[in-house]
Amino acid sequence: MSNPTPPVGPGLPETQTMVSDTVTAPAPHRQGKHKQAKGGKPASLWTDAWYDLRRRPMFILSVVIILILLVMSFWPQLFTSVDPFNARTCDLSTARQGPSAGHLFGRDNLGCDVYARTIYGARNSIVIGVLTTIITTLVGGLFGIVAGYKSGLVDSVSSRLTEVFFAIPPILGALLIAATFRGRANSILLVIIALAVLGWPMTYRIMRAAVITAKSQDFVVAARALGAGAGRIMFRHLLPNSVAPVIVVATINLGGFIAAEAALSFLGVGVLSPDISWGLMIADARDRFLEAPLPLIFPAVFLCVTVLAFIMMGDAVRDALDPKLR
Amino acid sequence: MTKTTPDALPAEGGPGDGPLLAVDNLHVEFQTRAGVVRAVNGVSYTVGAGETLAVLGESGSGKSVTAQAIMGILDMPPAVIPKGEIRFRGTDLLKLSEDARTQVRGQRIAMIFQDALSALNPVFTVGWQISEMFRVHRGMSKADGMKKAVELMDRVRIPAARQRVHDYPHQFSGGMRQRIMIAMSIALDPEVLIADEPTTALDVTVQAQIMELLADLQRESQMGLILITHDLGVVADVADKIAVMYAGRIVENAPVYDIYKAPAHPYTKGLLDSIPRVDLKGQELYAIKGLPPNLLDLPSGCSFNPRCPYRQDNCVTDAPPLYEISGVRSSACHYWREVLDGERQ
Amino acid sequence: MASGSDRILEVRDLVKHFPLTQGIVFKKQIGAIKAVDGVSFDLNRGETLGIVGESGCGKSTLAKVLMALERPTSGSVKIDGRDIAKARGGELKRMRRNIQMVMQDPYTSLNPRMTVGDIIGEPYEIHTEVAPKGDRRTKVQELLEVVGLNPDHINRYPHQFSGGQRQRIGIARGLALQPEIIVCDEPVSALDVSIQAQVINLLERLQNEFNLAYIFIAHDLSVVRHISDRVGVMYLGKFVELGKDTEIYDRPAHPYTQALLSAVPVPDPEGREQRERIILQGDPPSPANPPSGCRFRTRCWKAQEICAEEEPLLQIRPGTAHESACHFAETHDVVHVG
Repeated sequence: MSNPTPPVGPGLPETQTMVSDTVTAPAPHRQGKHKQAKGGKPASLWTDAWYDLRRRPMFILSVVIILILLVMSFWPQLFTSVDPFNARTCDLSTARQGPSAGHLFGRDNLGCDVYARTIYGARNSIVIGVLTTIITTLVGGLFGIVAGYKSGLVDSVSSRLTEVFFAIPPILGALLIAATFRGRANSILLVIIALAVLGWPMTYRIMRAAVITAKSQDFVVAARALGAGAGRIMFRHLLPNSVAPVIVVATINLGGFIAAEAALSFLGVGVLSPDISWGLMIADARDRFLEAPLPLIFPAVFLCVTVLAFIMMGDAVRDALDPKLR
Repeated sequence: MTKTTPDALPAEGGPGDGPLLAVDNLHVEFQTRAGVVRAVNGVSYTVGAGETLAVLGESGSGKSVTAQAIMGILDMPPAVIPKGEIRFRGTDLLKLSEDARTQVRGQRIAMIFQDALSALNPVFTVGWQISEMFRVHRGMSKADGMKKAVELMDRVRIPAARQRVHDYPHQFSGGMRQRIMIAMSIALDPEVLIADEPTTALDVTVQAQIMELLADLQRESQMGLILITHDLGVVADVADKIAVMYAGRIVENAPVYDIYKAPAHPYTKGLLDSIPRVDLKGQELYAIKGLPPNLLDLPSGCSFNPRCPYRQDNCVTDAPPLYEISGVRSSACHYWREVLDGERQ
Repeated sequence: MASGSDRILEVRDLVKHFPLTQGIVFKKQIGAIKAVDGVSFDLNRGETLGIVGESGCGKSTLAKVLMALERPTSGSVKIDGRDIAKARGGELKRMRRNIQMVMQDPYTSLNPRMTVGDIIGEPYEIHTEVAPKGDRRTKVQELLEVVGLNPDHINRYPHQFSGGQRQRIGIARGLALQPEIIVCDEPVSALDVSIQAQVINLLERLQNEFNLAYIFIAHDLSVVRHISDRVGVMYLGKFVELGKDTEIYDRPAHPYTQALLSAVPVPDPEGREQRERIILQGDPPSPANPPSGCRFRTRCWKAQEICAEEEPLLQIRPGTAHESACHFAETHDVVHVG
């Protein structure tokens, strides 16, 4: 959302008309009503948030990590010349070898390069995390807006429905879905679907609550008085005013989905070989962990750092967008 | 900070010669991201026992911030008080330790707020909240405190006090809640009561009830009353003297009769002229042009100069001091004589 | 006044009850908030009807019903002869072009995520037939100019304006569809004193320019008096008195109007000790359970037995030239005494 920076009033100049065009801070006018009142240039939510974020080392750090991860998942060749999908790069005779000049992280049970596999594993984690987040945000958000706006029967029914989903332990539910349909679809797609089915009610709840708050504001009444239809009110008025908390939850969830993917893969119902996934690598290395800990430790560290980066970014965004939630 | 000693506290009662409470050249600033907001820029006023001072001003004029500084309830930081004194019976409150201020706050200087609902705790009965004053400050037992609470509710004329003492704030109407706030504030017989827009949220008929109640209580107890308001009607009804604030400064100080008859500052005059009047129906109302100033970026010279019909060149360069007009009147306008002689609209 | 063709708005026996229900699944009605309970009045083109009353008297609900934001329980709201309360779909949308509103709080009535141009231009996006796409920007700039704002500020956001300027933006939005009626619900009460006069002057200028009819709802009696041609006084969902402004203010006949007028502080300390003041006791009763007969009788100093038994109708009473709803109506100048 673009927001021109408000010009500072250069002390009211000649007031030709009844109203000066100089912009003054509305903040002091609301003295007492809002805590942020005392001074402060009027700034919109996003400019304020951006100002705030730029000053958070935690945010900068997480953004840097996430950028590196994104590059890694799109162009893994930049990080390694070894192609882990090529069977010839593996050599059973070198299985579980420690780090060496050509193979920084050593080799795994099948003698494949752990470093290359870890780099290539980023793609599936990111793809699954991002796609699941997009799907849950769209589905949950859409239902949330409609339920929040319509209230009444629509709201009651969909809210009860989400409560059913909330009653299912997420990993157990995803496990069930993934295991049931295993082999009938692309394994990555299946993971995304399993996580999305159980993930959307969270976004739904957040969106619905935000919409209900926004709905009571006068500008919505004003739009109705102008004759605006439900679609316009929902998407032009309610959505932009309730999307902030959803973005926060989406960022935090993204990390959660990546972790969940690893868990499913570890349990054998997520990403399947020959695809590469950190969860899968951890599962493979588990048996010989005591002999050769590195093939497990490296993907685990990457997983932790990735999940942490998204959660940290989500935290920072939340603090910036909605200090009340802190 | 000084250590709390009994003699650090302002003397109780006694025949003080000076005014009960005197604010002297008070400055309050807020450090914000966008810069320093000068909310109060050298405010001075006094209030004596049994006297009603009305502090008149718009939002952002600094009238509430001044009151919060007197009470010592400003959040510091972001607020800073770089200069000024607040003398209560001769003792500068700003120099007292926090402990000593707590002795004054609520007991000897009390305050009531505009929004009585949010000022009351919704999970306790009103009786409990009123009697808390006695339990905490006077060490009374629960039963005695409740008895006092009923007495006070009677005093602020809440019907059926004995039964209603066990009700919760939401069970009262807006006017009744404001009465409860008043009961709490006068519980410990304060010497000064600050009422910050006490009737703004109320209907006119209820406003009349509350103002009458405040006047009666003041007559009984000889409290000094500081009434903070933007309502010229309420001021005319109850005040003895007025301090008009604009952009963190006092622009005019005067006894109530004088100011309505002949204001000595263009801002005061503009406010009075913009009140709709019967004989001017159908005509355009006089309107002060322009907008209230940005506190982050006050105009040079007199803060009111961009909106002022009396403006001359020196108004842009020199900030006017508070010129003394008579022993009881002053105006912060270089051209107060012209304003004073000027026609009312 | 009022020849038939001048009449733009005709409200008859308007009732709005909000049901009070119990139970979550099987809702059972246990009563009703009688927010508006039988209100009738007419409004002519270019005229201003002021509506005064205290909080909870139903004046804001009345505004919502007039704007068809709430469906009335019964009664009609005829705009140019057609009942907006019964209109649906496309017809309702068309009728909305003729009645618009200005809201109280300029801070919440503008969408903070839209530019001023989008806010004022939204009416044209909804009613596409009013202005062709290419003209809209020009139209919005014209409107900004009409309400005294700089047309170049079309791309700014509401938070970049002060309260008074925002209220002007709200007024421009209300004018966009060139309605004949504008319902102003407390349009100046959220503004600073020095800004109120500017906005009132603007509203009056626009009325003259576009021959607008205003329903002006406010609790500030001096403002209502300044702007209104006629005034209606509401108490617990009903008009207790309705008449020309001079009649209501100089010769109020209903005890409630008298109390209301006498309670308004006069901005002049001269003679304040002698001023007559009728201070009402207690609070208004709950609109869920209004008193029988006359609703004001529980706080009225004139109340007799008949007041509890028989509801006084809003009609012209002996000795008065305007309608009042009191068995003991008697004009009494409370403002000019003392």
